[in-house]
Amino acid sequence: MGSGPGGLQLSYSLRRLGIDHAVLSDDPAPGGMFRRWPVFQRMLSWTKPHTVVERTSRAYERFDWNSLLADDEPQRAVMPALMDGTSYFPSRPEMQRGLELFAERTGIQVRFGCRWESTKVIPSPAGGGGQGGGQDFVLTTSDGEYRAPVVVFAVGVAQPFRPPIPGLELAPHYGDFRPVETYRDRRVFIIGKQNSGFEIASGLLPWARQLVLASPSPTKLSVDTHTLVGVRARYVQPYEDAVLAGGVLILDTTIESVARQGAVYRVQTRSPHEGRERAFEADDVIAATGFITPLRDLSTLGVATFGQSGLPAQTPFWESATVPGIFFAGTITQGAKGLKKHGIPSNSGAVQGYRYNARVLARHLAETKFGVPATRERLDAAGLVPYLLEQLSNGPELWHQRAYLARVINLDRNTGISDEGIVPLQYFLDSGGGDAVAATLEANGRDNPYPVVYVRKDGSVVEHALAPDPLLDFTGPDYQGELRKLLELVLSGAASPA
Amino acid sequence: MAVRDDVVNTIAAFSLFADLTGPQLEEVAHIFDEAFFGEGERILRQGVSGSGFYIILEGTAAIRVNGADRSSLKAGDFFGEISCLLGEVPVADIVATKALRCLVLPAAQLEGFLTAHPRVMYRLLQGEARKVKNTTKWLS
Repeated sequence: MGSGPGGLQLSYSLRRLGIDHAVLSDDPAPGGMFRRWPVFQRMLSWTKPHTVVERTSRAYERFDWNSLLADDEPQRAVMPALMDGTSYFPSRPEMQRGLELFAERTGIQVRFGCRWESTKVIPSPAGGGGQGGGQDFVLTTSDGEYRAPVVVFAVGVAQPFRPPIPGLELAPHYGDFRPVETYRDRRVFIIGKQNSGFEIASGLLPWARQLVLASPSPTKLSVDTHTLVGVRARYVQPYEDAVLAGGVLILDTTIESVARQGAVYRVQTRSPHEGRERAFEADDVIAATGFITPLRDLSTLGVATFGQSGLPAQTPFWESATVPGIFFAGTITQGAKGLKKHGIPSNSGAVQGYRYNARVLARHLAETKFGVPATRERLDAAGLVPYLLEQLSNGPELWHQRAYLARVINLDRNTGISDEGIVPLQYFLDSGGGDAVAATLEANGRDNPYPVVYVRKDGSVVEHALAPDPLLDFTGPDYQGELRKLLELVLSGAASPA
Repeated sequence: MAVRDDVVNTIAAFSLFADLTGPQLEEVAHIFDEAFFGEGERILRQGVSGSGFYIILEGTAAIRVNGADRSSLKAGDFFGEISCLLGEVPVADIVATKALRCLVLPAAQLEGFLTAHPRVMYRLLQGEARKVKNTTKWLS
């Protein structure tokens, strides 16, 4: 369900594996939320047109956050070819066009204008995959009923949300932003200090008479957190205006109420620390208070949600933690939090992260629900260390989904060494299994990203962090020596027959 | 960034936050992240780095050392503070025994949070004192 980047990537990946499926979408064409937002019509994710690697290579995906993944060359790296070169952040229409082109070139078929209305579970005479194997899901839509053993919801986190602050329902949401010139010489009060609030503030800097941004917790900047957590550099200008006392106020305060008095709003705030109350008059109030997940009636089936965005709780393979058979794709997969080591989230909320989740999910569904096993390439012992170091240096899944997705190699004494492929790290750590190694990149919010290798032997997993490299290249002799030593004990077992 | 009323109402009853005002509780709900763990899921892993400080909102969990359950945790209890404060890997697994909803703060932010909220630090120390007392009792 859904034809944004998450739905398109999953459909492409399922079709490559030969899994029959239908894609339904309420929208008139591909693109999902990128058909409307961001309001200032420029993406926050980059596609670098010129890099040290070929555009058609897998390694290029690390620099192209916006193209969907394809196996064949003409369908890969769609975005850089259609961007006009004025910015390496594509415009919203360019992003929309890129998704439409991908769907066209890969022949993805979607039933558009098909609205999902309700969901139920029924017994499956054929023994479907839903609800533990004996039930199917039925989606009632504006085009009739669809029945399947497995349903994947890729419906975005796209329903505007306003917290229950008295009077806030009077204020327009981020999604209702008017043409920017209508804010000329006005006092604008923005509730919310995340990227959407700062995006609006950045756009209003040349127009508004005064800007106030307010929310309870302090602003974080991505350049400080060394992650995508926090306000991105693109939108930091209002922050500089505030610290240089240039007509922008950034406040850490609760919002007690919003009221309309004639043509103006009155916003009542209260500081958490001094408890001091302040009232602000504003000509406009904008609720940049985020979005929630439009899951309709799934909670009545038992799908548990959590957090402000109402994300469904998920297993490491993006299945509802409470209703087997219901899966998720796209930005909703940020609800499968993984280890979140050092407090750093995955990039599953963004295209560059969830496009890999979709590929892993397609393979998981093919293997566990439809009996289509994936091929696991054999590796020889001598090639293992160089292969893993190459993956750590250039594997785009590891760069974009740090401490979340890992390259796993089976080191079985009987069957030898084989490439298990890309696997959720949490699954590797918690599922048990034979001798194996999982390689991933991790970050701690301070240093450059560094490789971490988890070695599983006789059922126990041991974590080994390697040093960061200032050039982000882990293929050199020091890394080779260290990794070889770590794997020696297991490798010697794997190399010899039982 | 929303007013998270349900979280604020839940933590208002916890002894750890007993001294905070309404706006301060709301601030806590914004500073901490929320996480959900299904039954049987591991939250902390013995020997694995990079964990955080957790406060249970709902559900129950087991403290498991080398595969053996040692104790249990419930709403209002917290865990992970020892590895955060010492900068070391956890010495136990924490496993959800019933679906678990938690607040979580990364280890690197715990010191800043506690020094900015000294009354919470005092309440946390009381919690640690209780743990030491119980351990001493158990050992004697």
